[in-house]
Amino acid sequence: MNAFTYCKPEVLNDVLVVTIDCPGKVNKVSSAMLNEMEVIINDVKSKKYKGLAIVSGKDDNFVVGADLDELTSMKTEDEIRAYITKANSVLSGLEKLPFPTVCVINGNCLGGGVELALVTDYRIATDSTNTVIGFPEIKLGLIPAAGGTQRLPRLIGIQHALPLIVQGSTIRARRAKRLGIIDEIVMPYGLKEIAVKKVLQLKGKRTIKRKRTFAEWLLESNPLGRSIIFSKARTMVMRQTRGLYPAAVAVIDAVEYGYKTTIAKGIAKDSERFIHLVQSYQSQSLVNLFFAMTDLKKNPFKKMEKNVSKLAVIGTGLMGSGIAFVSLPLCDTVLLKDTSLDFVTRSMAQIRKSLEKRAQSGAIRNFDKEVMYGKLIPCDDYTYFKNTDLVIEAVFEDLQLKQNLVKQVEAVCGDTTIVASNTSAIPISLIAKASKRPQNMIGMHYFSPVPAMPLLEIIKTAKTADWVVATAVATGIAQGKSCIVVKDGPGFYTTRILAPYLNESVVLIEEGVPMNDIDSAMLAFGYPIGPIALLDEVGIDVGAHVTIELGQMFTARGAAPSNVLPLLLSKGFKGKKNKKGFYMYDSPKKKGMRLPNKEVYTVIGKVTPEAISVEEIQQRVSLMMINEAAHCLQEGIISSPRDGDVGSVLGLGFPPFKGGIFRYIDHEGAGTIVDTMLQYYNRGLERFKPAMILADMAKTDKRFYKD
Amino acid sequence: MAKGDRVAIIDGCRTPFLRSGTAYREMMAYAICRHAVKGLVAKTGIPNDMVDHGIMGSVLTDVKTTNVAREIMLAAALPNTIPAYTCTVACISANAAIISAANLIVNGNADCIIAGGVETFSDPDIKISKNYRQFIMDLTMFKRPRTIVGKLKLLKGMSFKDFIVPEQPEIGEFSTQLRMGDTADRLAKRLGISQREQDAFAALSHNRAAAAWEQGILKKEVVPVVTPQGRLVDKDNGFRKGTRAEKLAALKPAFDKRYGTVTAGNSSFLTDGGAAVLLMSETLAKKMRLKPLAYIKSYAFTAQDLWEELLLGPVFSIPKALAMGKLKFKDIGVWEIHEAFGVQMVAVVQCLASDSFCKNRLGLSGKVGEINHDDLNIYGGSLSLGHPFGATGARLVTTCANRLQESGKRYGVVAGCAAGAIGNAIILERS
Repeated sequence: MNAFTYCKPEVLNDVLVVTIDCPGKVNKVSSAMLNEMEVIINDVKSKKYKGLAIVSGKDDNFVVGADLDELTSMKTEDEIRAYITKANSVLSGLEKLPFPTVCVINGNCLGGGVELALVTDYRIATDSTNTVIGFPEIKLGLIPAAGGTQRLPRLIGIQHALPLIVQGSTIRARRAKRLGIIDEIVMPYGLKEIAVKKVLQLKGKRTIKRKRTFAEWLLESNPLGRSIIFSKARTMVMRQTRGLYPAAVAVIDAVEYGYKTTIAKGIAKDSERFIHLVQSYQSQSLVNLFFAMTDLKKNPFKKMEKNVSKLAVIGTGLMGSGIAFVSLPLCDTVLLKDTSLDFVTRSMAQIRKSLEKRAQSGAIRNFDKEVMYGKLIPCDDYTYFKNTDLVIEAVFEDLQLKQNLVKQVEAVCGDTTIVASNTSAIPISLIAKASKRPQNMIGMHYFSPVPAMPLLEIIKTAKTADWVVATAVATGIAQGKSCIVVKDGPGFYTTRILAPYLNESVVLIEEGVPMNDIDSAMLAFGYPIGPIALLDEVGIDVGAHVTIELGQMFTARGAAPSNVLPLLLSKGFKGKKNKKGFYMYDSPKKKGMRLPNKEVYTVIGKVTPEAISVEEIQQRVSLMMINEAAHCLQEGIISSPRDGDVGSVLGLGFPPFKGGIFRYIDHEGAGTIVDTMLQYYNRGLERFKPAMILADMAKTDKRFYKD
Repeated sequence: MAKGDRVAIIDGCRTPFLRSGTAYREMMAYAICRHAVKGLVAKTGIPNDMVDHGIMGSVLTDVKTTNVAREIMLAAALPNTIPAYTCTVACISANAAIISAANLIVNGNADCIIAGGVETFSDPDIKISKNYRQFIMDLTMFKRPRTIVGKLKLLKGMSFKDFIVPEQPEIGEFSTQLRMGDTADRLAKRLGISQREQDAFAALSHNRAAAAWEQGILKKEVVPVVTPQGRLVDKDNGFRKGTRAEKLAALKPAFDKRYGTVTAGNSSFLTDGGAAVLLMSETLAKKMRLKPLAYIKSYAFTAQDLWEELLLGPVFSIPKALAMGKLKFKDIGVWEIHEAFGVQMVAVVQCLASDSFCKNRLGLSGKVGEINHDDLNIYGGSLSLGHPFGATGARLVTTCANRLQESGKRYGVVAGCAAGAIGNAIILERS
C-alpha cells in the first residue's frame, strides 16, 4: 500500500479500520481524501476482511463537509464534475462492499460527512455535546450532491428529511437517533474498539427496517401522497425564499426526481444540479460571505485580550437578558442589574427557560444548566460589582442615563474594568465624556434577539485602549458572534446605513407610494423584512430617535431626513409595541400583508396615491443604504469591505445571496451604481449624490475585491 | 500562611431563610446554597481560582447529594479543581465547617476557604417501611430468587400496611429517644422558666429581626435568589413584625401537650436556606488588599449530659473559648447565640450568670458573667430569622463580624448548642 496521509487503514481482528485524519484541524472531503479512500476500497476486493469501520482521527470532528477552498478554486465545469463524480463513485463503492460497514461519529458531522455515514450499514454517534449532524449546504447555496438528497429521505422519511436539508439546521445525537439517522449512542472513547466489535456482531449486511407511522406510510409509500408532500414543500419554500434561493427548490426537485426514477439516476442528476449551483451567483456570494464570517470569528488582537470571568449586564430587557444568556458559557459570574429586582426576576426566568431548552436538546448537560443558572446574581445595586471585568449596559437610549451609569460603575469598579455601552446610535465618545477612564470605554452593539442574531458591532473611540478592543472582540467571538470593529461616529456603521434606507421608504410614503408596495418590493429584492414593517418592529420611537441623532450629519450633506417619524411619534405612534404604527395590528392580515393604518396619512397630511415601478422603489431604497456604506468605508468607519458586507447582511438583512453591499457593488459594477444614482440626483434629489469613493471607482473601473 | 498569621473572616453571604414548604420547596439543598457561595465570591471580588477548599455543614443531606459541599461548589461555577467536603454536627454544622477551615489555614494547607452550610426541610427523604426495604433488597440484590415461588416466599411475614405506610422520620435524639422539644420542656421545668419568659424572648427576637430588615441592615448579608420556578426571594419570611408576648401566650404547647410551656411561638421553625463565609490567611488577605471584617481569636467545642444539658452547649463552650483566647467575660462586646428555643436562650443567659451552676458544673470559682440583652442577637436570631440547621453557624459568624465592624467593639462571641449535647463557641476579633 502507498503511504496514506488522509485516510489511514489498519487491520484489527480481521476488520479493516479506516481512520480519517486529514492534515489540519478538521477532516474535509477533498479530492486527495477521496483518492485515498478509493485506493483503500479497491484494495479491499483482494483481501478477506470481516468488515470495515470508519472512524475519525480528530478529537472533535468526524468530517465537516466538502473542502470549500478546493471547491471554490475550481474554475471549470469539468473540474467540478470530476470532483463530485469521484465522491459519488467512492461512496457507492463503499455502499457495495460485501461485508458489514460501521462508522462512528464524534463531533461535527456535516454535509459530505453525513453522506459518507449514510452509505455505511450502521452508524454510531457519541454523546459528546460536540456531536452535531446536518446538511449546511443550503446555506452556501448548494445541495448535498453525494447521495444526501437520495439516501436520507429513504432512511428517515421524506417529511423528516426535507426540512433538515432545506433549512440546513444541525441536530444532535439524541434527535438523530430518534429520527433513525443514528443507530446507537456511545461515550466518546474507545471508538475504534467499539466499531470493530460492532462490525463483528453484525455478521452480514444489514437491511434497515424502520417503523413508520400510519400517516407517514399513507403519504410516502405512493406517488400521489408524495406529490402532495412535494407540492406543499415547494409552496412553503417559495413563500419563504421568494424564489431567490434556487438551491432550496433544487433540493425538493432532487428528492422528487429520485423517487420518480432511481437512486442512481437521482444522484447523476444531483451532480448536474450541483455543478450548476456551484457556479451560480447566489452560491458564490454565500460562500464569500461564509469565508468573511469565518474570518471575523478569529481575533486579530489575540495577544492583547484579557480574560472576562466576571460580567455585569445593566438593564435586563430583551437585549440585556440575551447578552447575559449568551455570556453564560464563557463567564463564571454574570451580574444582572436593573432598577428593580422584579425586572431582573423576569429576565432570569426567561434565561432559565432558554437553558432548559438547551439542556433538553442535548446542547448542554443537565447539571451544566444548573451551573450556568448558578452564575447569575440578581442585583438592584452595586454590592456585587467589585472587580468586574466587563460591564455592558443595555439600558434605554438616553445619553444622560447612560452617562450616569458610567459614573456609578466607575465608582465601584477598578482600573481594569471595561465599560461597554450597547447603543445603536449614541456616539460612544459622547457617553465617554462622563468617564474618568475613557480608555476603558467601548461600544458593543448587539442585535435583537441576541441569541439568534450572529453579529456584534464593536465601536472604538479615539481613546479606547487596544486591549479593551481585543477583549471585546474575544468576548463577542466566544458568544458566537461575528465581530466587526468600527470607528465611533453617529450611528456607527449599521445604524448609519440603515437610517437613510428607512428614511427613503418614509419619503416614498409621503410621495404617495402604498406601504405594501414598498415592503413587497424590498422583500422581492431579498431583504427578509420590508422597511416599513421593520420600522413598526423596532419601533417608531427608535426610528425617530435615530433620525434626530443622525439628522445633523445628513442635513450637513444636503440629505436632510424626513420629519415624518418624529411627527408620528409626537402623535403617539410607536409601532407594533403600542399597536399604533404604519400598519394595523388589530385587523387580520390580507394575503400575508398587514393593512396600512390610514391614520398615518392624516398625520402626514394630504397624500395623493401614486404607483411607481417596483424597480424604482428597490433602487431608491437600497441605493441609499449602499451609498451610505460607501461613505462609511471612505471615512474609515469600517476598515474593510469585508466588515461592511458582513455587517450589512448579519445586522440589517441585506440579501445574503448578494454577498453583502460591497460584493453587490462589485457585481453590478460601480459604474452602473453611480449612473443609477445620478439619474435620481439629476431629478433634484440631492441625497443621491454618489459617495466620492464610488464615483472614483466608477471612473477607474475598480472593484472592492480582487477575487 | 506566614508564622503568627491569623485566620481572617473576609465576608459572609447567605440566601434569604425561608419557612420550609415555601418558595424553595422545589429546590434541592445544593441549588439553594450555590447562590450564597456565588454571592460571596462576587461580593468579595476574589478570582474564582483563588479558593483552595470548600467545607459545608448539613444535617439532613439528600441521598442524591451526600457530599453536598461538592455539588454546591460546582453549581456556583467554581473551578472543579477545588476539593470540598461536608461535615455534620447537627445545629452547629456550619460552626464546625468554619473551624475546620480555620484549622486547614492555620496548618498551612490552604489560604482561602469557603465554609458554611445548607439545609432544606421542604423535601426530606422519607423511607418506605423496613420490611418493604428488606423485601426489595432481597429481591434485587441479596437473594435474587429465580423462581416465582422463591419470589413469593420473600413476602412471608409482610403485611399490606408495609407497602403503603412509610417509616416515621427519626426526629428524636437517638440515645435518649427524646424529641428536641421534650428536652426544652424538661429544661424549662427543671430551671423553672415560665412560658412568659420564653415568649418574651421570642417576641423580642421577631421584633428585632423586623427592625433589622427595615433598616436595611440584613440586606447586605443576603443575596437575592430567583428560584428556577421564577419566584423572587429577597427577604427572610419567618419573622413576624409586631409579635407580642401576650399573643404568643395563647398558643398551645407543641410537645408536652398536657403541662408543657414550649410552643410553636417560642421555638425555632423548620427553615430552608444556605450561608457561606470566606476565610483567608491574614497574609493572603493583605496581599489581595482585602479588608477582613474580623479574625478568629479562639474557639471551643464541648459535650455535655444528654438528658439535662443538651441545650446548654454555649454555657460550657463560652468559658472554654474565653480561656483559650486568654480573654475575660467583660472583653466581649458582641454576642450571637443560636436561638433553638426561647427557653434555651433564657437558660443559657441564666446559667452563665449563676454562681452555683458555674461552680458545680464548670468548676469555676463563680459565675461567668451576665450577658447584656442589648449586646445579644440584636438583629434577631434563629427564633425569628429561621434555623436551617447546616447554615445557621455561618449566619451567626457573618452577623457577629459585621456587628463588630459597626459597633467598634473588639471581641464577639458566636455560640450554639446541638443535638448530641454538643456545644461550640467561636470568638472573633475585629480587624
